[in-house]
Amino acid sequence: MTHIALKQVDIQRGNRRVVHTLTLSVARGEWLSVIGPNGAGKTTLLHALAALLPISGEIAVEGTSLHAMSRTVRAQQIALVQQDADLPAGMRVVDYVMLGRTPYISHFGREGADDRRVVSEVLDQLELWDFASRPLGHLSGGERQRVVVARALAQEPNILLLDEPTTALDLGRQLHVLDLVRSLQRDRTLTVVSATHDLTLAAAYADQLALLSGGYLAAYGTPQEVLTTAILEEHYGVSLRVIRDNDGGIAVIPHRSPVRNGPRADRT
Amino acid sequence: MTVVTTSREALTRQRTLPRTHWRDVAILGVGVMVLALSMLAGLFIGPAGVSPLAIIEDLGSHIPLLGIHSHMSAIDSAIVWQLRLPRVVLGALVGGVLAICGAAYQGIFRNPLADPYLLGVAAGAGLGATIAIVFAIDITFLGIHALPMLAFVGAVLAVALAYGIGRSVGAGRSSSTLILGGVAVAALLTAFQTFLQQQHAQELQQVYNWILGTVATAGWSQVLTMLPYAIVAIGVLVIHGRLLDVMGLGDDAARALGVRTTQVRVAVITAVTIGTAAAVAVSGLIGFVGLIIPHVVRLVGVRSYRLLLPLAMLFGASFLVLCDLVARTVLAPSELPIGVVTAVIGAPCFAFVLRTSKVSE
Repeated sequence: MTHIALKQVDIQRGNRRVVHTLTLSVARGEWLSVIGPNGAGKTTLLHALAALLPISGEIAVEGTSLHAMSRTVRAQQIALVQQDADLPAGMRVVDYVMLGRTPYISHFGREGADDRRVVSEVLDQLELWDFASRPLGHLSGGERQRVVVARALAQEPNILLLDEPTTALDLGRQLHVLDLVRSLQRDRTLTVVSATHDLTLAAAYADQLALLSGGYLAAYGTPQEVLTTAILEEHYGVSLRVIRDNDGGIAVIPHRSPVRNGPRADRT
Repeated sequence: MTVVTTSREALTRQRTLPRTHWRDVAILGVGVMVLALSMLAGLFIGPAGVSPLAIIEDLGSHIPLLGIHSHMSAIDSAIVWQLRLPRVVLGALVGGVLAICGAAYQGIFRNPLADPYLLGVAAGAGLGATIAIVFAIDITFLGIHALPMLAFVGAVLAVALAYGIGRSVGAGRSSSTLILGGVAVAALLTAFQTFLQQQHAQELQQVYNWILGTVATAGWSQVLTMLPYAIVAIGVLVIHGRLLDVMGLGDDAARALGVRTTQVRVAVITAVTIGTAAAVAVSGLIGFVGLIIPHVVRLVGVRSYRLLLPLAMLFGASFLVLCDLVARTVLAPSELPIGVVTAVIGAPCFAFVLRTSKVSE
């Protein structure tokens, strides 16, 4: 069943059109990973799905246009985990996670028993109780990422947008965060859209991949279909090798010398 | 397996977040007590040497059925109830408004060095007051004299101009363009004011005295002038406390949580402008209260704006009442300008904040 449908979507950032005529759909409970070179429009796409950017064309969630929904209803359904999220250093973890309840609290109200229950459950699920009273400034990279995900889950969304969820984490922490997201995806039938540079991890976790290049959808399909030497070499502008093992794992190995057109202009 | 699950569920059930409502109330209670004590000190202590006991006795004599008879002379009574008390109340109002406004600006601009004068209030009020003084404008409107009126109007117009410039550049998205708009407006209006002052050097002393600020009053009229603006500003800011916490995550994150960031920003800027302009109009440019008091509250460990805003107000009110007490007693019978006292205490604190906070955050 289609959960998110994009039809002929152009996305503006400032005066510049960053994503062009994108048509794409994501099924309920599916994990779509958006890949592509720097400046291809990955973050822009996620921000548009969170209704933070003006678009033309239509983005529909369960058949309802994103821009026709009220802000509150939208925030109850869609949670965004930003790349380098701003964490106010002095704020306690528990207060930060509680901010995820904002769409459920009236404009000038304060949190109720329901909100405390949901936040307690999220702290439980993400094993954050030991950190609950700690200031955000005192967390390590992996802990920070878990706390940001916790705040997003406190929104009780059914769509989770993750922008580069694993940059700056070591391999163990990367897998930990992604495993966590996958278990949430299964348990809560979350639809996940993530943007990532790590093709190997994208292949390991995502159900579908969308390759953006220069603001256009260049390839779409399962990791097996999208991660091919020809497609990747064309859009990343480097020479590389794609290795598949018998378990369905895919590894992308770069060659050291650049070929043909060389790396594309870095715009981010 | 079942046993394990049950015990985990039990553990989960134990671990629900407690209500923190009463803790907040207790903290605010402490703030109220600090303010009450400061105001009593301000009422009891002064160069006229009226004894606190006589004041309490006089206060008691106004309460029916207690049968207390006051021994206070008419002059002492006038000093206490028509000079000291309105002065203490005005100091509390101005200090409270400046501190809560500073805290709100630090939140909305996510800048620890923001103060209520950030968007040009001081320069606009300064120009307005200078115009009133050098042209000896002597009109009263609804009982308000020309000087506070022009100072108020100047302050509001300056912020409106700064906001207009900032929005036209930043499309309303970026708060840094608003701050830069404030810088531009402040520079321009200060230039006008300096020019006027230089052309009318004989009124220099008067302008200078106004700039240094005072909460000295000639009775209750300034308190009544200030009161409605203070109530509106404080009320609007206090109800925005939780939204300021959300805004602390950045505009994108706040919008993704369903917050109308532009509306919140406009509401906060409007409330701060009204409150600060009124404070400046009745008391001149009193510095440092709006900057340091919110940081003092943070150093105590209060981070959420829900608690920070009202607590900053209570501490700011107490601070200014005590500063005024120092200002009118140390050199009695002459007075120190209150701006000098707040700066002497405030400047070292300011340096401390500069040293300990990361400006980039």
